[in-house]
Amino acid sequence: MFKRFDGDARQPVEIFVDGRPVMAREGDTVSAALLASGLDVRRQTAVSGAPRLPYCMMGVCFDCLVTIDGMGNRQGCLVPVRPGMQVEIQKGKREIGR
Amino acid sequence: MRNSYDVAVVGGGLLGSAIAWGLGRVGQRVCVLDEGDIAKRASRANFALVWVQSKGLGMPAYTSWTMQASDTWPKLAAELLEQTGLDVCFQRNGGFHLALGEEELEQRSLLLKRLHNQPGAVDYKMEILGREQVARMLPHIGPEVSGGSFCPYDGHVNSLRTFRALHTGLAKFGVDYRPEHPVSDIKHVQGEFRLISPKGEIRAGKIVLAAGNANQTLAPMVGLKAPMGPTRGQIVVTERTMPFLPHPLTTVRQTDEGTVMIGDSKEDMLDDTVLNLPISSVMADRAQRMFPMLGRLNVVRSWSGIRVMPKDGFPIYDQSESCPGAFVTCCHSGVTLASNHAFEIAPMVAAGALDKNKLGAFSATRFEKSEVRTSGYY
Amino acid sequence: MTSNRPMRDEYDVAVIGAGPAGLAAASLSAQSGLSTLLLDENQGPGGQVWRAVTSTPLKQTRLLGDDYWAGSKLVEEVRASGAEILQGATVWSLDPHLELGISVGGGSQFIRARRVILATGALERPFPIPGWTLPGVMTAGAAQTVLKSSGLVPSGKTVVAGQGPLFWLLTAQILRMGGQIDLILDTTQRLNYLRALPHAAAFLRSPYLLKGLAMMREVRSKVRVVSGVTKIAASGDGRLERVTYEVRGRSATAPADLLLLHQGVVPNVNLAMSAGVKHQWDEIQLCWVPVLDSNCGTSVDGIAIAGDGAGIAGVLAAVARGRIAARAAVEALKPEAGAKAPSMDTLRAALAKVERGRRFLDVLFQPPKQFRIPEGDTVVCRCEEVTAQDILDSVAIGATGPNQLKAYRRTGMGPCQGRLCGLTVTELMADARGKTPEEIGYYRLRAPVKPITLSELASLPKDESATKAVVRG
Repeated sequence: MFKRFDGDARQPVEIFVDGRPVMAREGDTVSAALLASGLDVRRQTAVSGAPRLPYCMMGVCFDCLVTIDGMGNRQGCLVPVRPGMQVEIQKGKREIGR
Repeated sequence: MRNSYDVAVVGGGLLGSAIAWGLGRVGQRVCVLDEGDIAKRASRANFALVWVQSKGLGMPAYTSWTMQASDTWPKLAAELLEQTGLDVCFQRNGGFHLALGEEELEQRSLLLKRLHNQPGAVDYKMEILGREQVARMLPHIGPEVSGGSFCPYDGHVNSLRTFRALHTGLAKFGVDYRPEHPVSDIKHVQGEFRLISPKGEIRAGKIVLAAGNANQTLAPMVGLKAPMGPTRGQIVVTERTMPFLPHPLTTVRQTDEGTVMIGDSKEDMLDDTVLNLPISSVMADRAQRMFPMLGRLNVVRSWSGIRVMPKDGFPIYDQSESCPGAFVTCCHSGVTLASNHAFEIAPMVAAGALDKNKLGAFSATRFEKSEVRTSGYY
Repeated sequence: MTSNRPMRDEYDVAVIGAGPAGLAAASLSAQSGLSTLLLDENQGPGGQVWRAVTSTPLKQTRLLGDDYWAGSKLVEEVRASGAEILQGATVWSLDPHLELGISVGGGSQFIRARRVILATGALERPFPIPGWTLPGVMTAGAAQTVLKSSGLVPSGKTVVAGQGPLFWLLTAQILRMGGQIDLILDTTQRLNYLRALPHAAAFLRSPYLLKGLAMMREVRSKVRVVSGVTKIAASGDGRLERVTYEVRGRSATAPADLLLLHQGVVPNVNLAMSAGVKHQWDEIQLCWVPVLDSNCGTSVDGIAIAGDGAGIAGVLAAVARGRIAARAAVEALKPEAGAKAPSMDTLRAALAKVERGRRFLDVLFQPPKQFRIPEGDTVVCRCEEVTAQDILDSVAIGATGPNQLKAYRRTGMGPCQGRLCGLTVTELMADARGKTPEEIGYYRLRAPVKPITLSELASLPKDESATKAVVRG
């Protein structure tokens, strides 16, 4: 869906998506990194389990929800990547305590 | 639409809808007059418990009335499902009131004892459970939980879906639901009631006032009384999460959709457009101490609502002497008592008289006697 | 200065949102010596128009255009102004007494301000077509966001659909960056060209005219543009696979991995409405706009709204309104400092100049009814997954407005709190009931307007009366 612009000179940042290493760039939000990863990063909604990807990328739609470092339902489009970050794609409702 | 009916119900919340649904069910020609989109509506602000434990201290008749409602809720849920295809998710799985610290537990035990010792009260099989026993049934409790009271008859329901199911059912029974018809005046002329709203006049042989706290103003128009003492309550609700709470609590419950509702506060101020955030904070803090894992969940909404509350906390069911055919109904527990309203009150209204043996204790004439005690409502 | 949490409990002025309006307002306010806090939800200043202006990987000026880089000047100005700048800060509550609930880094606190300037801007108008919830369907603004902040460009088969000035800007930017666009579906109603004609004279003097025309020419020279599109549907199995559209009654299908939708922007009203700010329906812009006085002041004493949150008028007007709102705060709180700042007359004249021709754009790009009011099983509320037919069914059994509809169907009760369905619900119900949107009304909004954790809420200050209201024995 998306590719990185050739002239991007930012530092790479390694994050993990469901355990797989993904190279993001410094300044990426989690959602941008996921969209650029080429992986299947579709979440499933808490209501019907329908597949979704980010829609607005500006903090409004909540379709970018992901588990970040063990914390569920974070807005991936508002959280910047950090080295070693563990991202999990959510399938359905968030679990309590996560 | 016609403008003349067997019965006109004033108020389209859970109470009015349940009665109107019950009337439609027995073949009456009914209309429901309701306000519009912005109104004080307990039926969309409530906590959705079908609750038994600790109700009725000071009025034994209320214990059996509550118990009957709890017993017949499965029938209401089943009939609504059959008629509308909507599952209101009624569960009678037993409910808790949890205590934080020994003092709260002691207070709860005292309340239970007073209820138990009340002559004429139904046995709720309510018991005080220690921390260990509670932990076996609610595995996620926090260290501050000292114990709690448990009643096997308590349960909960999806109250918004109940509201929708009743309204869907009203349409199927041919009941005319008329929103944006606030009733400003009621006249009793030659044995017929005329209800005045900005949208015109409706005529009916009988009327049921089910307008919540507004009954206080409407009741005197037809020779009735409904002294009310409304309070404000706030609720906080979280995002949906996987099921973790197998029983509802007085202050925390997980809905069938997965959200966690947290209540409940009580204030005298009656503006439901604003929130008192320190109160939300206290509720959140207590919920988190009961279930520490809740702390990580996101709060997605909060609101305040005005409780429909008769002056002494007990329901008022009454009929007019001076205007025969006029009934007044008000209660706090519109969810819990919905089955009674549909299966008991509605047929009595259809027949033209309330059953004194069953409902005599709920007459508003009780307010003419000495100063009445206020009840706890859960 | 940029801080990690508010340095004090009370400020003269709190500005919410660091886009054009907020930057301009905070700057003028702090320059006048008022203690000023600028709060912004993103990691860096700029808002949507100037998103990532301090951090974008696209350093070559040509790619994003001069208008984008104008933002960095205002950022420098605010950084030198003495305003305290708090990024990554979510304002989740604002009450009529000007107390703000702020969440930063997972912790919440309250601060107070003597004046609040809301510069929370706009969001893209809902574009509820069949299949708009499928993975691969995004807003055009979303693509612009990842482009500016991360240098991401569309790479698969891409269709862009919709209309409006920003629509053309975005497509031009994507193309300049080497992104792929296979097809543009222009939904501008042909009739609107006629309707807009009476306003054309004013637009001829608008600063946007020449830029806009140049951009449209640039795009048309590179991509196939289909105009007069009257129907669009996205479909696919679990993700977007194709876009079906209709022109003059004839249907066509294009394969697609990515569909970018845009039909204008509308004010982001949630925080303002939750504070009790009176709004009214704008019949031309087809959205809620706050009722404002000539100082950008709202119906709530002490709260002003600047920028597109005050009604859509674009970036230059946002800057002008930000300065007007700040100037009004200076006049109220520290009149003697006002002498240094430009006079109100000067500021209002500047606003009038950049607002010129706005009506032309509003009328020309008024989105067609079928793209605002969906039918059948098209989803309206994305969070609770409620369809147009569900809503009509509820109207049939008595739902009169958005708040009763919540009780029947849970619309607007999910995490986005109505931002993606509110306008659609109002217009759909108005249409179904033969009423005006103003008569139908909007969701009643309350704090928290953005989610905060329960533990954050639990950690806020409590008083004895609050405890008594909950712990009653």
